Amino acid sequence: MDIAGWLDDFLVRAVLAGLMVAVVAGPLGAFVVWRRMAYFGDTVSHSALLGVALGFLLGLNLNLMVTLVCIAIAVLLVILQRYQELGSDTLLGILAHSALSLGIVAVAFVEGLRVDLMAYLFGDILAVGRDDLLAIALGGLIALVLLIALWRPLLALTVHEELARVEGVRALPVRLGMMLLIALVIAAAMQVVGVLLITALMIIPAATSRRFARTPEQMAILAGVLGMLAVGAGIAGSFQWDTPTGPSIVVAALLGFILVQLLPARLLPRFGTR
Amino acid sequence: MAAREVTIERGGRTILDRVSMAVHPGEAAMIIGPNGAGKTSLLRVLMGLWQPDGGHVERVADLRVGYMPQRLQIEPVLPLSVYRFLRMRQRLPRRELLAKLERVGVGHLIDSPIQSLSGGETQRVLLARALLGEPDLLVLDEPAQGVDVVGQGDVFVMLDDIRRESGCGVLIVSHDLHFVMAGAETVICLNQHVCCTGNPEEVSQHPEYRRLFPSVDLRGLAVYTHNHNHVHGLHGEVRPLDGAPEDSAGACDDPKHGPGCRH
Repeated sequence: MDIAGWLDDFLVRAVLAGLMVAVVAGPLGAFVVWRRMAYFGDTVSHSALLGVALGFLLGLNLNLMVTLVCIAIAVLLVILQRYQELGSDTLLGILAHSALSLGIVAVAFVEGLRVDLMAYLFGDILAVGRDDLLAIALGGLIALVLLIALWRPLLALTVHEELARVEGVRALPVRLGMMLLIALVIAAAMQVVGVLLITALMIIPAATSRRFARTPEQMAILAGVLGMLAVGAGIAGSFQWDTPTGPSIVVAALLGFILVQLLPARLLPRFGTR
Repeated sequence: MAAREVTIERGGRTILDRVSMAVHPGEAAMIIGPNGAGKTSLLRVLMGLWQPDGGHVERVADLRVGYMPQRLQIEPVLPLSVYRFLRMRQRLPRRELLAKLERVGVGHLIDSPIQSLSGGETQRVLLARALLGEPDLLVLDEPAQGVDVVGQGDVFVMLDDIRRESGCGVLIVSHDLHFVMAGAETVICLNQHVCCTGNPEEVSQHPEYRRLFPSVDLRGLAVYTHNHNHVHGLHGEVRPLDGAPEDSAGACDDPKHGPGCRH
């Protein structure tokens, strides 16, 4: 088969990009759910637009700049949460929306640049080019390797931080690794669902898989699979009814979630339902 | 393992003031003190989780510590069985993990979701996890919390048995100021500083408690008679025992307890 020619099809590129993002976003989303970091992920992903603007201003690779800005915001958040007098949710709320606004304002300041803002906010998966595909594949691969390497210590810290530290887990490098992971996934997912919807792509498949899972690993892997299904169904639906693709993927994931909640308990593994 | 003149300050308040203590190999020691006395802070320093603001901690090289935290809070959204929880500590075959659970009396819970356990069951599972890795020293934060006096005695009997079987030292933190573990060699009463140290008396020999619980089996428990030369005010400040107000200077030569202070 002529793979190069095959990749010329924008629909093939879109599906591939979506599947690659879902494979990492699902398992990482499981951690986001377990650690109650959904709003944290939201805040960091909303800052991605600032990375886009900076990338244009400095003439650097956009994916790289988005990753760097997301890491910077994530680290800033962790530091601020430690030394703040405001509540955590207030702090996240301030940062999430000001990062988004700053990004939009910064994009407007870049001279001669005409950005399709909607594409960044809600994704433009059908416009994924070959270079984008390569960047998504690279970022996704790094994130997947990192996630597998960090799996055990990250799980130990999630279960009981002090216990894990007494048993020899070094918390700081693992937590920084988690920040890097989130940033990589956001950079890769931005084109697929847009900065406003990235967290949904992470947490909805993870939340859906909870009812079937008996172990953390099952939940993470199933979240990846369900995410891929949502991407497939979302793109198909978007093609069929001519709806925006990013939101369509999230709607597909939501339908899956609702469907699973309606399943009677006897169809599920006993353990998972309690 | 020993603390030497350990001082901790948090947010401008002194939580621990020049605390010195030691646990010797195979010894059972208890740290008791009221709420807010700095017991958990002292444990954190001993375990290396916190750096002391003054003083230092001495540890024998290669000391294997089994730690049992006070609480375990895991989100219900994380699917985790007791079996898997133990395997996170050490990848042992199932029957060995089951043996450890049976040792602490909760073998039947091996496949239960960890969030479904009661407080007492959770503590037993945490103890089983602390026992994995054959520790030289067991460090237990409130192992009998939320358990009645008899249950508390049962926990102490079990810990004493485990200590005799494996020869490991045991360090227990408890907020119960009167009932301590029978067989404990040292009891340290802590309230921001070391108030007193001593040996407990067997409960069974203590007439007052025999009178209170004539028919109750109080094995495992001992009573600790405090012998303080001072009292603590509302904010933990040290006052002389005769109840004189704190501004009557000179009532106590050294209310902050120097090494020359007599208890």
